[in-house]
Parts: sequence; C-alpha cells; structure tokens
Amino acid sequence: MPHVIRLQVNGDRYEVAIEPWRTLNEVLREDLGLTGTKHGCGQGDCGACTVLLDGRSVLSCLTLAVSADGGDVRTVEGLAQGRERLHPIQEAFIAGGAIQCGYCTPGMEISALHLLRRRPRPTEAEIRAGLAGNLCRCTGYAKIVAAIQAASARMSDEPG
Amino acid sequence: MSLPHFEYFAPRTIEEAVALLAGAGGRARPFAGGTDLLPRLQSGLVRAETLVDLKRIPELCAIGFDPASGLTIGAAVRLADLLDSPDVQRRYPAMTDAVSQTATVQIRNMGTIAGNVCNGSPCADSVPVLIARLAHLALMSPRGERLLPIGDFFKGPGETALEPDELLVRIHVPPPPPYTGFAFAKLPARTASDISAVNVGVMVARQGGVCGEARIVLGAVGPVPLRAHQAELRLAGATLGARLLEEVGRLAASETRPIDDLRASAAYRRDMAAVLVRRALVVAATRAGLAVADAAPAGDATGASE
Repeated sequence: MPHVIRLQVNGDRYEVAIEPWRTLNEVLREDLGLTGTKHGCGQGDCGACTVLLDGRSVLSCLTLAVSADGGDVRTVEGLAQGRERLHPIQEAFIAGGAIQCGYCTPGMEISALHLLRRRPRPTEAEIRAGLAGNLCRCTGYAKIVAAIQAASARMSDEPG
Repeated sequence: MSLPHFEYFAPRTIEEAVALLAGAGGRARPFAGGTDLLPRLQSGLVRAETLVDLKRIPELCAIGFDPASGLTIGAAVRLADLLDSPDVQRRYPAMTDAVSQTATVQIRNMGTIAGNVCNGSPCADSVPVLIARLAHLALMSPRGERLLPIGDFFKGPGETALEPDELLVRIHVPPPPPYTGFAFAKLPARTASDISAVNVGVMVARQGGVCGEARIVLGAVGPVPLRAHQAELRLAGATLGARLLEEVGRLAASETRPIDDLRASAAYRRDMAAVLVRRALVVAATRAGLAVADAAPAGDATGASE
C-alpha cells in the first residue's frame, strides 16, 4: 500500500505517494526528476548516490524513501544557491580538472560539502578519510583532493 | 537496485515494535540503518514481509551516561552519533577508535552499533571493545526484558542468542573502572574503511606498578569474537615490558582459530593478531597510567588514521 510522505528537497517541498520498498534514490530520480544524484553499485560501496539527509551524508540507494518522511534532503542540484553562480566546491572541481567521466562527481561534491561543514580546513589525510566512501572509477583522486583543498580555502574566505 | 516488496511500520514505542515483530511470527525484521539489511533483502539472502523501523522511537535514539550505571546506547543510535557524543569521546576512547575506523562516513551516518552487533559477524569492529568492556545487551520480547552479557551473545558466523521474537533495545556499557585503559586496533584488508582481517579490543588494569586484570578480545580470527584467556592470565600481576608483550601477543595468536578467505590467509591473520595485541596493549597500558619498559611509543600503535 502506498505511503504518502513529505520531503523538502533543495528547499522545495514535495508530497509523494510511494510504495515502502522504493529507495530515496529511486524517488529522487524517477518521481522528482532530480537525476543529478547517480545510481552506482546499489550496495553502499561506491558513494555515487550520496545526498545530505538532515545535514548528514547518506547513501540514497540504501535509504528507504518512506523512512526519510519529513526529512530535509540536499542533492547536487541544490549545491549552488542561485542560478548565477556555482557553489565554490563545484567551481573548484571545474577549475582543478577534478572531473573525468563525471559519474562520481555529484556524490563526491556532497561528501565534500559534508566534510567542509564539519571541518572547514581539513588536512589531506582528513579529506581522504572523508571521501573514503566515494569511489572514482577514473581514479582521479589527486585532483579531487586538490579541488577540495582549494574549495576549503575559498569557503573560509567567504563563508556560505 | 530493486527491492522485494514488503510492508513498513514506523512505531513510536518499544512495546509497539516488539508486538509487531512478535506478531509477524519471524516474517518481520527490525530496521534502522539499513546498510546491511537492504543489500541482503535485495540479494535474497534475507527475506522479510514486514520491516519495523526503529528510528521513530525516541528511547531507542538516545545515548545516556550516568557515573553509576555507565553508558546506555539505544538500538537506533547511529555510529556517527556515538562519535559525536562528548561522554563517549571523554570516557570511552577505545570505542571512539573502533567506531571511527568502521566503514565510511556515509555508512557511519546511517548504520547503528546495535546492527553491527546483531549481524553476528565475527569481524564487527565495535564488538571486541564492547566485550572487553563487559557490556550487556537488553533484549526485549513479549515475555519481558532480559540482560545478556555480550560475551554470551555470539554463537557462530551470523548466529546470535537473539530469540526470533526478541529485539535488542539497548546496549549497556559499565562506567570506566578506575586505573584501567582500553584500546582497539584493526588490520583492514586494504584501506581504513575496509572490513577487518583482524581486530582486537583490550583492557589493562593497573595495580600499583604492575598489570592487574587484563582482557584481550580478538575478532575475525574465529567463528565468533574470542577471548584470549591464556594471554590474559600471563599478564595478570606482571611487570609490562617489550619482551613480555611479544610473548603475550604470540600466546593470544595461538588461541585464535582463523580461516583463509578473500581478506587474508589464516597464517597472516595469526601473525597480525600477535602484532595488533601487542600494539593495543601498549596503548591500553599507557591509558591506564602504566609504563611499558622498552616499548615502541604508543603513538603509532593503533593504526588510527582519522
């Protein structure tokens, strides 16, 4: 039997009727049309599906949408605060060439946001530990780490 | 991923949850983090007609500390909640070491310590320290609540003492005894986020200038987490030094029953068990205020990278 749930996603309110076995990843992509969040391994290993749920980075492929009822979700579509400018993390990824095929990028950027909120000036070891749950099949880790260092410096200068 | 179909309930009280689970006659599963349950449902390893979500039950989401009774961890407390708890950080450093080296940020933001225990995996990272701490599990069923020492909970790989109608509701960890130190060490298969090929939790109690009681628990080197009783006895009343800790490490390794698998060979596991026990004992002794003669500094001892 469908459950009616309420979600706030990137500041927009949604009310959707869903079956209890559907994941947050499926509901974001298929019901809300937010396909920025990717579906990778489906088992919690790759991190491509990472979103923030109530401020915490979680794997949307292992989150039942019904259990997120009432939750506040932020996806890669909600990283940039307006249409004029990308988020400093996104700008740093582009400027630093930290994107190859791009499939891991939305999850990487959400994990980076989670890390930088909790540790605004992380060490390289802290960045690598913070991204341990995000795999890049292109193995472009060095530039991803450097991009997060650059974003960290930018965000410390201009918070928000 | 496509999950099989099931019904979902999100009760607000423990009593409701227990009634739902018992009423389903083994066809319902408690659900909190979902990080292990959902992949198993997907692969067909676990079947469930009903999931009972524990995350909407306030009591199960709480961490409490009382100097007399110790730490109380509700069944829906996430690993990340434990890491954020000032009481755990201050009074239970070995638990912080173990949990911070478990899985990844996202899994720690979702998964629970109760789930880590109830999976019954011999390599669960939070278990050796809980056993060394003499933690108790509060198990609730329609017949009432019972308290079980965690050391009696594990029956085999994936098998526990949990009855079909029982729910783990709380983990009780006694208050830190005076003059004791605890430590955790792990050898992951590859990187820090990996499942352990070997993990250990130890306790050292200081009695004057020597070691009093000691506890050594090893994970992933047997069908269940093991106590190394002979190694523990060798430590009791001993003056700690590098040579003794070498001997105790080897003794503990000889008490393990490891297997070959994809993460490590049995021989490598046994060798590394000796090393990890020795390193963890140095950290625990230092935390207990006990000097270890001629030992390597404790700083490099746990392999903790976070």
